[in-house]
Amino acid sequence: MIAAANKIDVHALNAWFKSNHALRDVSLSVPERTVLAIIGPSGCGKSTFVRCLNRMHELIPGARQAGKVLVDGQDLHAGGVDPVTLRRRVGMVFQRANPFPTMSIYDNVVAGLRLNGIKGDYPALVEKTLRQAALWDEVKDRLQHSALSLSGGQQQRLCIARALAIEPEVLLMDEPASALDPIATAKIEELIRELAESLTIVIVTHNMQQAARVSDATAFFYMGELIEHGPTEQIFTNPKEPRTEDYVTGKFG
Amino acid sequence: MKPHTDKTYDAQLDDLRNKLLSLGGKVETEIATSVRALAERDSALAEAVINADREVNRLEVEIDEVCRRLLVLRQPAASDLRFITTALKIVVDLERIGDLAVNIAQRAIDLNQSPPLRPVHDLTKLAELCQKQVRAALDAFVDGDAERAEAVIKGDELLDAVYHNLFNELLALMMEDPRNIRRANSLLFVAKHLERLGDHATNVAEMVIYMVRGTDVRHPGSRTSKSIPPPET
Repeated sequence: MIAAANKIDVHALNAWFKSNHALRDVSLSVPERTVLAIIGPSGCGKSTFVRCLNRMHELIPGARQAGKVLVDGQDLHAGGVDPVTLRRRVGMVFQRANPFPTMSIYDNVVAGLRLNGIKGDYPALVEKTLRQAALWDEVKDRLQHSALSLSGGQQQRLCIARALAIEPEVLLMDEPASALDPIATAKIEELIRELAESLTIVIVTHNMQQAARVSDATAFFYMGELIEHGPTEQIFTNPKEPRTEDYVTGKFG
Repeated sequence: MKPHTDKTYDAQLDDLRNKLLSLGGKVETEIATSVRALAERDSALAEAVINADREVNRLEVEIDEVCRRLLVLRQPAASDLRFITTALKIVVDLERIGDLAVNIAQRAIDLNQSPPLRPVHDLTKLAELCQKQVRAALDAFVDGDAERAEAVIKGDELLDAVYHNLFNELLALMMEDPRNIRRANSLLFVAKHLERLGDHATNVAEMVIYMVRGTDVRHPGSRTSKSIPPPET
Protein backbone atom coordinates (compact mmCIF):
# COMPACT_ATOMS: atom_id res chain seq x y z
CA MET A 1 0.00 0.00 0.00
CA ILE A 2 1.43 3.31 -1.09
CA ALA A 3 0.89 6.36 1.10
CA ALA A 4 -1.76 8.47 -0.56
CA ALA A 5 0.25 11.66 -0.14
CA ASN A 6 3.02 10.51 -2.48
CA LYS A 7 2.69 11.73 -6.04
CA ILE A 8 5.62 9.69 -7.28
CA ASP A 9 6.97 6.41 -5.95
CA VAL A 10 10.06 4.85 -7.44
CA HIS A 11 10.99 1.29 -6.49
CA ALA A 12 14.32 -0.35 -7.30
CA LEU A 13 14.65 1.52 -10.56
CA ASN A 14 17.50 0.41 -12.82
CA ALA A 15 18.28 1.90 -16.22
CA TRP A 16 20.76 1.05 -18.91
CA PHE A 17 22.04 2.54 -22.14
CA LYS A 18 23.11 -0.61 -23.95
CA SER A 19 25.68 -2.09 -21.51
CA ASN A 20 26.07 1.09 -19.46
CA HIS A 21 24.26 0.67 -16.16
CA ALA A 22 23.14 4.28 -15.67
CA LEU A 23 20.83 3.91 -12.66
CA ARG A 24 21.28 1.34 -9.93
CA ASP A 25 18.44 0.32 -7.67
CA VAL A 26 17.03 3.75 -7.02
CA SER A 27 14.04 3.98 -4.68
CA LEU A 28 12.49 7.23 -3.53
CA SER A 29 9.18 9.01 -3.19
CA VAL A 30 8.02 12.54 -3.89
CA PRO A 31 5.09 13.80 -1.80
CA GLU A 32 2.40 15.69 -3.67
CA ARG A 33 2.97 19.44 -4.17
CA THR A 34 6.59 19.41 -3.09
CA VAL A 35 9.81 20.13 -4.97
CA LEU A 36 12.49 17.48 -5.19
CA ALA A 37 15.93 18.66 -6.33
CA ILE A 38 18.36 16.18 -7.78
CA ILE A 39 22.03 17.01 -7.54
CA GLY A 40 25.17 15.16 -8.52
CA PRO A 41 28.09 15.37 -10.95
CA SER A 42 27.70 14.88 -14.70
CA GLY A 43 26.99 11.27 -15.58
CA CYS A 44 25.56 10.42 -12.16
CA GLY A 45 22.21 9.42 -13.63
CA LYS A 46 20.09 12.40 -12.63
CA SER A 47 18.80 13.19 -16.12
CA THR A 48 18.19 9.50 -16.77
CA PHE A 49 16.21 9.37 -13.56
CA VAL A 50 13.83 12.17 -14.51
CA ARG A 51 13.46 10.74 -18.02
CA CYS A 52 12.22 7.53 -16.47
CA LEU A 53 9.48 9.46 -14.73
CA ASN A 54 7.66 10.24 -17.97
CA ARG A 55 8.87 7.29 -20.02
CA MET A 56 11.23 9.34 -22.12
CA HIS A 57 14.18 7.13 -21.29
CA GLU A 58 12.78 4.29 -23.34
CA LEU A 59 12.71 6.47 -26.48
CA ILE A 60 16.51 6.33 -26.68
CA PRO A 61 17.77 3.43 -28.85
CA GLY A 62 19.39 0.74 -26.72
CA ALA A 63 17.82 2.00 -23.52
CA ARG A 64 16.30 -0.44 -21.02
CA GLN A 65 14.91 -0.17 -17.55
CA ALA A 66 13.75 -2.34 -14.68
CA GLY A 67 11.95 -1.61 -11.46
CA LYS A 68 8.82 0.40 -10.91
CA VAL A 69 7.78 4.00 -11.29
CA LEU A 70 4.36 4.87 -9.92
CA VAL A 71 2.49 8.12 -10.35
CA ASP A 72 -0.51 8.36 -8.03
CA GLY A 73 0.09 4.72 -7.23
CA GLN A 74 -0.25 3.68 -10.86
CA ASP A 75 2.60 1.75 -12.46
CA LEU A 76 3.74 3.63 -15.58
CA HIS A 77 4.51 0.37 -17.35
CA ALA A 78 1.26 -1.34 -16.50
CA GLY A 79 -0.79 -2.38 -19.49
CA GLY A 80 -3.06 0.33 -20.75
CA VAL A 81 -0.83 3.25 -19.82
CA ASP A 82 -0.40 5.37 -22.91
CA PRO A 83 2.94 7.20 -22.82
CA VAL A 84 1.51 10.19 -24.65
CA THR A 85 -1.31 10.60 -22.14
CA LEU A 86 1.21 10.09 -19.37
CA ARG A 87 3.40 12.90 -20.69
CA ARG A 88 0.42 15.21 -20.54
CA ARG A 89 0.24 14.54 -16.81
CA VAL A 90 4.00 14.63 -16.34
CA GLY A 91 5.34 17.62 -18.25
CA MET A 92 8.94 18.47 -18.88
CA VAL A 93 11.13 21.55 -19.32
CA PHE A 94 14.65 21.19 -20.66
CA GLN A 95 17.98 22.89 -20.18
CA ARG A 96 17.84 24.76 -23.47
CA ALA A 97 14.69 26.69 -24.14
CA ASN A 98 13.14 24.99 -27.14
CA PRO A 99 10.09 26.95 -28.27
CA PHE A 100 8.69 25.96 -31.65
CA PRO A 101 10.74 28.35 -33.82
CA THR A 102 8.21 28.93 -36.57
CA MET A 103 5.33 29.63 -34.18
CA SER A 104 4.21 32.78 -32.45
CA ILE A 105 4.27 33.16 -28.69
CA TYR A 106 0.52 32.51 -28.60
CA ASP A 107 0.75 29.41 -30.78
CA ASN A 108 3.56 28.01 -28.67
CA VAL A 109 1.43 28.17 -25.57
CA VAL A 110 -1.56 26.45 -27.18
CA ALA A 111 0.49 23.95 -29.19
CA GLY A 112 -0.01 21.18 -26.67
CA LEU A 113 -3.74 21.82 -26.48
CA ARG A 114 -4.14 21.73 -30.28
CA LEU A 115 -1.99 18.61 -30.54
CA ASN A 116 -4.14 16.86 -27.96
CA GLY A 117 -7.36 18.12 -29.51
CA ILE A 118 -8.34 19.95 -26.34
CA LYS A 119 -10.99 22.57 -26.97
CA GLY A 120 -11.52 25.61 -24.82
CA ASP A 121 -11.25 29.36 -24.48
CA TYR A 122 -7.72 29.61 -25.87
CA PRO A 123 -7.18 33.38 -25.34
CA ALA A 124 -8.18 33.09 -21.68
CA LEU A 125 -6.01 30.00 -21.26
CA VAL A 126 -3.03 31.70 -22.86
CA GLU A 127 -3.33 34.63 -20.48
CA LYS A 128 -3.75 32.41 -17.43
CA THR A 129 -0.81 30.20 -18.36
CA LEU A 130 1.49 33.08 -19.26
CA ARG A 131 0.62 34.74 -15.97
CA GLN A 132 1.41 31.51 -14.17
CA ALA A 133 4.77 31.45 -15.90
CA ALA A 134 5.37 35.10 -14.90
CA LEU A 135 5.67 36.12 -18.54
CA TRP A 136 2.32 37.76 -19.30
CA ASP A 137 3.26 41.36 -18.56
CA GLU A 138 6.28 41.14 -20.82
CA VAL A 139 4.54 39.63 -23.85
CA LYS A 140 0.86 40.58 -23.66
CA ASP A 141 1.22 43.21 -26.42
CA ARG A 142 3.08 40.97 -28.84
CA LEU A 143 1.49 37.56 -28.59
CA GLN A 144 1.65 37.14 -32.37
CA HIS A 145 5.38 37.80 -32.55
CA SER A 146 7.73 34.92 -33.15
CA ALA A 147 8.78 33.01 -30.05
CA LEU A 148 12.36 33.59 -31.15
CA SER A 149 11.94 37.34 -30.63
CA LEU A 150 12.09 36.66 -26.88
CA SER A 151 15.24 36.65 -24.75
CA GLY A 152 16.63 33.36 -23.51
CA GLY A 153 15.02 33.72 -20.10
CA GLN A 154 11.68 34.64 -21.64
CA GLN A 155 11.90 31.70 -24.02
CA GLN A 156 12.45 29.39 -21.07
CA ARG A 157 9.43 30.81 -19.27
CA LEU A 158 7.47 30.40 -22.52
CA CYS A 159 8.44 26.72 -22.51
CA ILE A 160 7.24 26.48 -18.94
CA ALA A 161 3.96 28.13 -19.99
CA ARG A 162 3.66 25.64 -22.85
CA ALA A 163 4.16 22.79 -20.40
CA LEU A 164 1.65 24.29 -17.96
CA ALA A 165 -1.04 24.86 -20.60
CA ILE A 166 -2.01 21.20 -20.65
CA GLU A 167 -2.30 21.30 -16.86
CA PRO A 168 0.21 18.67 -15.85
CA GLU A 169 0.24 17.27 -12.32
CA VAL A 170 4.00 16.81 -12.30
CA LEU A 171 6.63 19.05 -13.86
CA LEU A 172 10.10 17.68 -14.56
CA MET A 173 12.78 20.31 -15.04
CA ASP A 174 16.21 19.38 -16.33
CA GLU A 175 18.61 22.25 -15.64
CA PRO A 176 15.94 24.85 -16.48
CA ALA A 177 18.05 27.86 -15.55
CA SER A 178 21.61 26.86 -16.35
CA ALA A 179 21.77 28.98 -19.50
CA LEU A 180 20.07 32.02 -17.97
CA ASP A 181 21.32 35.21 -16.37
CA PRO A 182 20.77 35.80 -12.62
CA ILE A 183 17.61 37.85 -13.16
CA ALA A 184 15.94 35.27 -15.37
CA THR A 185 17.15 32.57 -12.97
CA ALA A 186 15.57 34.34 -10.00
CA LYS A 187 12.27 34.57 -11.88
CA ILE A 188 12.33 30.87 -12.69
CA GLU A 189 13.15 30.01 -9.08
CA GLU A 190 10.32 32.15 -7.75
CA LEU A 191 8.05 30.53 -10.30
CA ILE A 192 9.05 27.04 -9.11
CA ARG A 193 8.04 27.92 -5.55
CA GLU A 194 4.70 29.27 -6.76
CA LEU A 195 3.98 26.29 -8.99
CA ALA A 196 4.71 23.92 -6.11
CA GLU A 197 1.51 25.12 -4.50
CA SER A 198 -0.45 23.31 -7.18
CA LEU A 199 1.85 20.68 -8.66
CA THR A 200 4.72 18.34 -7.91
CA ILE A 201 8.12 19.31 -9.28
CA VAL A 202 11.34 17.38 -9.82
CA ILE A 203 14.27 19.57 -10.79
CA VAL A 204 17.73 18.53 -11.88
CA THR A 205 20.38 21.15 -11.25
CA HIS A 206 24.14 21.55 -11.09
CA ASN A 207 23.68 24.71 -9.07
CA MET A 208 23.64 23.60 -5.46
CA GLN A 209 22.51 26.95 -4.12
CA GLN A 210 19.60 26.76 -6.52
CA ALA A 211 18.70 23.29 -5.26
CA ALA A 212 18.91 24.61 -1.71
CA ARG A 213 16.67 27.58 -2.51
CA VAL A 214 13.86 25.95 -4.45
CA SER A 215 13.41 22.47 -3.06
CA ASP A 216 11.80 20.78 -0.08
CA ALA A 217 13.83 17.61 -0.44
CA THR A 218 17.13 16.92 -2.15
CA ALA A 219 18.49 13.69 -3.59
CA PHE A 220 22.19 13.25 -4.26
CA PHE A 221 23.11 10.84 -7.05
CA TYR A 222 26.59 9.50 -7.69
CA MET A 223 27.60 7.03 -10.39
CA GLY A 224 24.04 5.89 -10.91
CA GLU A 225 23.31 5.38 -7.23
CA LEU A 226 21.08 7.36 -4.94
CA ILE A 227 23.51 8.19 -2.15
CA GLU A 228 21.32 10.29 0.10
CA HIS A 229 17.81 11.70 0.07
CA GLY A 230 16.46 13.97 2.77
CA PRO A 231 15.02 17.38 3.65
CA THR A 232 16.99 20.01 1.73
CA GLU A 233 18.03 21.87 4.86
CA GLN A 234 19.54 18.70 6.30
CA ILE A 235 21.36 17.75 3.08
CA PHE A 236 23.07 21.15 2.93
CA THR A 237 23.76 21.71 6.63
CA ASN A 238 24.24 18.23 8.01
CA PRO A 239 24.38 15.44 5.45
CA LYS A 240 24.66 11.94 6.83
CA GLU A 241 26.70 10.38 4.03
CA PRO A 242 30.39 11.28 3.65
CA ARG A 243 30.01 11.29 -0.16
CA THR A 244 27.22 13.87 0.10
CA GLU A 245 29.31 15.93 2.51
CA ASP A 246 32.24 15.87 0.07
CA TYR A 247 30.03 16.87 -2.86
CA VAL A 248 28.20 19.77 -1.20
CA THR A 249 31.40 21.16 0.32
CA GLY A 250 33.28 20.98 -2.98
CA LYS A 251 35.59 18.04 -2.39
CA PHE A 252 35.46 16.26 -5.71
CA GLY A 253 37.43 13.30 -7.00
CA MET B 1 40.15 14.98 5.93
CA LYS B 2 39.70 15.07 2.21
CA PRO B 3 40.88 18.38 0.71
CA HIS B 4 38.63 20.73 -1.24
CA THR B 5 39.01 20.56 -5.00
CA ASP B 6 39.88 24.25 -4.85
CA LYS B 7 42.94 24.21 -2.57
CA THR B 8 42.77 27.92 -1.87
CA TYR B 9 39.51 27.24 -0.01
CA ASP B 10 41.37 24.90 2.35
CA ALA B 11 44.05 27.54 2.87
CA GLN B 12 41.38 30.12 3.76
CA LEU B 13 39.72 27.77 6.24
CA ASP B 14 43.11 26.96 7.80
CA ASP B 15 43.81 30.65 8.11
CA LEU B 16 40.51 31.15 9.93
CA ARG B 17 41.21 28.20 12.25
CA ASN B 18 44.68 29.55 13.07
CA LYS B 19 43.34 33.01 13.81
CA LEU B 20 40.77 31.54 16.21
CA LEU B 21 43.45 29.48 17.93
CA SER B 22 45.62 32.52 18.28
CA LEU B 23 42.70 34.46 19.78
CA GLY B 24 41.92 31.56 22.14
CA GLY B 25 45.54 31.40 23.27
CA LYS B 26 45.57 35.13 23.95
CA VAL B 27 42.45 35.13 26.11
CA GLU B 28 43.69 32.07 28.03
CA THR B 29 46.85 34.01 28.84
CA GLU B 30 44.77 37.03 29.82
CA ILE B 31 42.78 35.00 32.35
CA ALA B 32 45.88 33.42 33.88
CA THR B 33 47.70 36.74 34.04
CA SER B 34 44.80 38.67 35.56
CA VAL B 35 44.37 36.06 38.28
CA ARG B 36 48.10 36.10 38.98
CA ALA B 37 48.07 39.90 39.17
CA LEU B 38 45.46 39.52 41.89
CA ALA B 39 47.09 36.66 43.81
CA GLU B 40 50.61 38.10 43.64
CA ARG B 41 49.46 41.71 44.10
CA ASP B 42 51.33 42.66 40.92
CA SER B 43 49.76 45.72 39.27
CA ALA B 44 52.27 45.67 36.41
CA LEU B 45 50.89 42.27 35.39
CA ALA B 46 47.39 43.70 35.53
CA GLU B 47 48.45 46.53 33.21
CA ALA B 48 49.86 43.95 30.81
CA VAL B 49 46.43 42.30 30.59
CA ILE B 50 44.73 45.60 29.84
CA ASN B 51 47.24 46.31 27.07
CA ALA B 52 47.03 42.81 25.61
CA ASP B 53 43.28 43.14 25.13
CA ARG B 54 43.76 45.50 22.19
CA GLU B 55 45.22 42.66 20.19
CA VAL B 56 42.23 40.49 21.15
CA ASN B 57 39.83 43.13 19.88
CA ARG B 58 41.76 43.50 16.64
CA LEU B 59 41.68 39.74 16.08
CA GLU B 60 37.93 39.64 16.70
CA VAL B 61 37.33 42.18 13.94
CA GLU B 62 39.72 40.36 11.62
CA ILE B 63 38.03 36.99 12.20
CA ASP B 64 34.60 38.47 11.50
CA GLU B 65 35.95 39.80 8.24
CA VAL B 66 37.43 36.46 7.22
CA CYS B 67 34.11 34.73 7.97
CA ARG B 68 32.10 37.24 5.95
CA ARG B 69 34.48 36.84 3.03
CA LEU B 70 34.20 33.05 3.16
CA LEU B 71 30.41 33.18 3.33
CA VAL B 72 30.05 35.42 0.32
CA LEU B 73 32.78 33.89 -1.82
CA ARG B 74 32.29 30.20 -1.05
CA GLN B 75 28.65 29.83 -0.06
CA PRO B 76 29.79 27.10 2.31
CA ALA B 77 27.72 24.00 3.02
CA ALA B 78 27.60 21.14 5.52
CA SER B 79 30.66 20.94 7.83
CA ASP B 80 32.22 24.06 6.28
CA LEU B 81 29.06 26.05 6.95
CA ARG B 82 28.91 24.77 10.52
CA PHE B 83 32.57 25.59 11.08
CA ILE B 84 32.28 29.14 9.77
CA THR B 85 29.05 29.95 11.60
CA THR B 86 30.59 28.49 14.77
CA ALA B 87 33.63 30.71 14.28
CA LEU B 88 31.37 33.76 13.96
CA LYS B 89 29.65 32.89 17.24
CA ILE B 90 32.57 31.81 19.40
CA VAL B 91 34.65 34.81 18.45
CA VAL B 92 32.13 36.90 20.38
CA ASP B 93 32.45 34.68 23.46
CA LEU B 94 36.24 34.71 23.28
CA GLU B 95 36.35 38.48 23.03
CA ARG B 96 33.99 38.75 26.01
CA ILE B 97 36.25 36.43 28.00
CA GLY B 98 39.09 38.84 27.21
CA ASP B 99 36.98 41.76 28.45
CA LEU B 100 36.21 39.93 31.70
CA ALA B 101 39.92 39.25 32.23
CA VAL B 102 40.48 42.99 31.80
CA ASN B 103 37.79 43.68 34.40
CA ILE B 104 39.53 41.30 36.81
CA ALA B 105 42.84 43.05 36.13
CA GLN B 106 41.24 46.44 36.90
CA ARG B 107 39.88 45.08 40.20
CA ALA B 108 43.34 43.72 40.98
CA ILE B 109 44.89 47.16 40.52
CA ASP B 110 42.25 48.59 42.84
CA LEU B 111 42.71 45.88 45.47
CA ASN B 112 46.48 46.23 45.38
CA GLN B 113 46.10 49.77 46.80
CA SER B 114 44.86 48.40 50.16
CA PRO B 115 46.31 45.79 52.52
CA PRO B 116 45.27 42.24 51.60
CA LEU B 117 42.11 40.80 52.97
CA ARG B 118 42.29 37.40 54.64
CA PRO B 119 43.15 34.95 51.81
CA VAL B 120 39.97 33.73 50.19
CA HIS B 121 40.67 30.15 49.43
CA ASP B 122 37.86 29.44 46.99
CA LEU B 123 38.81 32.32 44.68
CA THR B 124 41.95 30.52 43.53
CA LYS B 125 39.95 27.37 43.09
CA LEU B 126 37.31 29.19 41.01
CA ALA B 127 40.00 30.82 38.86
CA GLU B 128 41.64 27.46 38.20
CA LEU B 129 38.31 25.90 37.29
CA CYS B 130 37.53 28.72 34.87
CA GLN B 131 40.87 28.43 33.13
CA LYS B 132 40.37 24.70 32.85
CA GLN B 133 36.92 25.18 31.33
CA VAL B 134 38.10 27.72 28.76
CA ARG B 135 41.07 25.56 27.80
CA ALA B 136 38.90 22.45 27.47
CA ALA B 137 36.35 24.32 25.32
CA LEU B 138 39.11 25.53 23.02
CA ASP B 139 40.66 22.07 22.83
CA ALA B 140 37.26 20.61 21.99
CA PHE B 141 36.98 23.18 19.18
CA VAL B 142 40.45 22.43 17.82
CA ASP B 143 39.99 18.67 17.90
CA GLY B 144 36.31 18.75 16.89
CA ASP B 145 35.64 16.74 20.06
CA ALA B 146 31.95 16.87 20.98
CA GLU B 147 32.36 14.62 24.04
CA ARG B 148 34.92 16.97 25.49
CA ALA B 149 32.52 19.85 24.83
CA GLU B 150 29.81 17.97 26.70
CA ALA B 151 32.18 17.63 29.65
CA VAL B 152 32.67 21.41 29.64
CA ILE B 153 28.90 21.98 29.76
CA LYS B 154 28.63 19.53 32.66
CA GLY B 155 31.63 21.16 34.36
CA ASP B 156 29.81 24.48 34.62
CA GLU B 157 27.70 23.09 37.47
CA LEU B 158 30.77 22.63 39.66
CA LEU B 159 31.92 26.11 38.76
CA ASP B 160 28.57 27.58 39.77
CA ALA B 161 28.67 25.67 43.07
CA VAL B 162 32.13 27.01 43.88
CA TYR B 163 30.96 30.51 43.01
CA HIS B 164 28.02 30.24 45.42
CA ASN B 165 30.28 29.06 48.24
CA LEU B 166 32.59 31.94 47.57
CA PHE B 167 29.69 34.36 47.55
CA ASN B 168 28.63 33.19 51.01
CA GLU B 169 32.20 33.32 52.28
CA LEU B 170 32.59 36.92 51.13
CA LEU B 171 29.20 37.87 52.54
CA ALA B 172 30.28 36.50 55.91
CA LEU B 173 33.48 38.57 55.75
CA MET B 174 31.43 41.70 55.16
CA MET B 175 29.12 40.97 58.08
CA GLU B 176 32.09 40.24 60.32
CA ASP B 177 33.57 43.70 59.90
CA PRO B 178 32.28 46.66 57.86
CA ARG B 179 35.87 47.62 57.04
CA ASN B 180 36.01 44.49 54.87
CA ILE B 181 33.13 45.58 52.71
CA ARG B 182 34.98 47.50 50.04
CA ARG B 183 37.60 44.82 49.45
CA ALA B 184 35.21 41.92 49.82
CA ASN B 185 32.90 43.60 47.35
CA SER B 186 35.72 43.92 44.84
CA LEU B 187 36.53 40.25 45.29
CA LEU B 188 32.87 39.46 44.78
CA PHE B 189 33.04 41.25 41.43
CA VAL B 190 36.09 39.19 40.50
CA ALA B 191 34.21 36.04 41.43
CA LYS B 192 31.24 37.12 39.33
CA HIS B 193 33.51 37.85 36.37
CA LEU B 194 35.02 34.40 36.68
CA GLU B 195 31.59 32.81 36.85
CA ARG B 196 30.50 34.70 33.69
CA LEU B 197 33.69 33.69 32.01
CA GLY B 198 32.75 30.07 32.65
CA ASP B 199 29.38 30.69 30.99
CA HIS B 200 31.15 31.88 27.85
CA ALA B 201 33.23 28.69 27.89
CA THR B 202 29.93 26.79 28.00
CA ASN B 203 28.66 28.77 25.01
CA VAL B 204 31.77 27.84 23.06
CA ALA B 205 31.27 24.19 24.02
CA GLU B 206 27.64 24.25 22.84
CA MET B 207 28.70 25.64 19.47
CA VAL B 208 31.40 22.97 19.18
CA ILE B 209 28.73 20.30 19.57
CA TYR B 210 26.75 21.99 16.80
CA MET B 211 29.83 22.18 14.63
CA VAL B 212 30.65 18.50 15.09
CA ARG B 213 27.21 16.89 15.15
CA GLY B 214 24.98 19.47 13.48
CA THR B 215 22.58 19.45 16.42
CA ASP B 216 21.82 22.53 18.46
CA VAL B 217 21.92 21.67 22.16
CA ARG B 218 21.14 25.17 23.40
CA HIS B 219 17.86 25.94 25.14
CA PRO B 220 16.21 22.53 24.78
CA GLY B 221 12.48 22.76 24.23
CA SER B 222 12.57 26.15 22.52
CA ARG B 223 12.94 24.74 19.01
CA THR B 224 10.22 25.59 16.51
CA SER B 225 9.46 22.74 14.17
CA LYS B 226 9.10 24.63 10.93
CA SER B 227 10.90 22.14 8.74
CA ILE B 228 9.03 19.96 6.33
CA PRO B 229 8.91 16.36 7.48
CA PRO B 230 11.25 14.14 5.48
CA PRO B 231 9.63 12.42 2.52
CA GLU B 232 8.67 8.84 3.15
CA THR B 233 10.82 6.35 1.34
